[in-house]
Amino acid sequence: MNRNFDTDVQLLKYKVLKAVSKRAFEGNLETSYYEIPKEIIPGNKATMRCCVYKERAILGERVHMAMGGDPDNPNVIQVIGVACDECPVHRVTVGESCRGCIAHRCQNVCPKGAISIVNRRAVIDHSKCVACGKCAQVCSYGAIQVQDRPCERSCKVGAIRMDTTEGDEKAVINNDKCIACGSCVYQCPFGAIVDRSFILDAIRMLKESKDKKEYKVYAIIAPAISSQFAYAKIGQIVTGIKMLGFHEVVETALGADMTAYSEAAELAEKGFLTSSCCPAFVSYVEKFFPQMKEHVSHNPSPMVQIARYIKETDPTGKVIFIGPCTAKKMEFQREEVRPYVDCVLTFEELQALLDSRDIEPENLEESLLDNASYYGRIFARSGGLSAAVEEALKERGIDFAVKPEICDGIEECRLALLKASKGLLKESNFIEGMACVGGCIGGAACLTHGPKDKSEVDKYGRLAMEKGIIDALRVTTLSR
Amino acid sequence: MDIYVCVGSSCHLKGSYNIIHVFQELIDQYNLKDQVELKASFCLGRCTDGVATKINGEFVDHVSPENAVEVFHEHVLKPLGVE
Repeated sequence: MNRNFDTDVQLLKYKVLKAVSKRAFEGNLETSYYEIPKEIIPGNKATMRCCVYKERAILGERVHMAMGGDPDNPNVIQVIGVACDECPVHRVTVGESCRGCIAHRCQNVCPKGAISIVNRRAVIDHSKCVACGKCAQVCSYGAIQVQDRPCERSCKVGAIRMDTTEGDEKAVINNDKCIACGSCVYQCPFGAIVDRSFILDAIRMLKESKDKKEYKVYAIIAPAISSQFAYAKIGQIVTGIKMLGFHEVVETALGADMTAYSEAAELAEKGFLTSSCCPAFVSYVEKFFPQMKEHVSHNPSPMVQIARYIKETDPTGKVIFIGPCTAKKMEFQREEVRPYVDCVLTFEELQALLDSRDIEPENLEESLLDNASYYGRIFARSGGLSAAVEEALKERGIDFAVKPEICDGIEECRLALLKASKGLLKESNFIEGMACVGGCIGGAACLTHGPKDKSEVDKYGRLAMEKGIIDALRVTTLSR
Repeated sequence: MDIYVCVGSSCHLKGSYNIIHVFQELIDQYNLKDQVELKASFCLGRCTDGVATKINGEFVDHVSPENAVEVFHEHVLKPLGVE
């Protein structure tokens, strides 16, 4: 079966998740999980590492992550030490293009005196170099390269550093800074950083529901699904999810409608607000701008809103969120979220679950999925949340003009928060904070990322039966 | 007495809200707030027979804006002895 991923690292992770899920469904995981590495890497020819034994050792660690990872590490983003290739740490190098010019801009610009000219070539003293990259910027030939580790480069909050132990220079995550956005998980070319999986919890909940007799399990699916699963229609994926044992699939976008509805009133009341939908953004505010925490919307995220509503309609039901996000795996463990959301899975994990049961969505009948409005659905992309809040203000007849600062990615969030914390964000009254570039469709646990994702979200949004937020919320007003 | 109206995708598309709206008005009209609780349900599992409802533990299918009043009389008012 040909499944689409952006990278072979994702494919490998998927194979492991699938093998673990298959055994968990069959009930023989405990007695056979150790067989998985050899099952995925048979024979004796290494294709990824120095030898098959190392490859299998790493696979063993991936199995461990698929089975829940290190329980003593509170972070869901964890390093597989043995998989880290310890990318070069001498990060600034002079390449072949150095012509030994006589300007010596590199030498003159270096603030640490780390560059000397030896035999008409620039030479870097790595004991002095601080890898600021100024020499690379001024070289007329582009002969100097600054090599970051991809994990460090991907981490815009500076939570990854390397172990300085000689000969053991692995990536290390600082949990006090990490916001669990997962960008390092997606970017590490060796797959050495992984989001730990709760897939076994999900399977246990499905099995113990005894085919819905004991209780019902609901899947709440993130609107970013519209840009995923290119090989099947969303309705076919919904049928597939139900075949896994879920009672019903509900759009998290209906929770987004609820969020927009209440966030509009909160914004008008307080006059200035940041969004609270993106758990990585909220975590970023808490860790890096604690003085701004009071301005974060008190509204629960769409995931929590819809889960809470489902539990009002069915108090014994269990709710599992399925989305593109690794940070949601942190959010659902928060004390105030625990009562509503029982588990979080990613699209990658959903793919593995479906295939572990030999469910082929592309060959299934379509089920219906239509709970939310256009505005709830476009939460999946940058700018959607602001548009929804503006619409909610209008629909509710609240006389307040939202002036959003749409922050597409954590770097833009940082700038806006910096300005706002100094009282310099005068032109805006609402910060839409999304840690991933593009919004949720740029999430680290998406199967694929592509240039058409945004238009897919908008297209899917327009298919919703309910055009307005209040229209979509009419069915939810019973118990509140 | 509990009345569940299915708000799963299939029934939603067939107009769950209209049924809820009619029932809400009738509950007000007959002043049954203390006796009848109107609830939503994310799928009563009767997708092809929507809009599905479950009234006093019994499934009542194919509810539409046209027959909602009649359904209410038959399955709510009658058993409660109202009228």
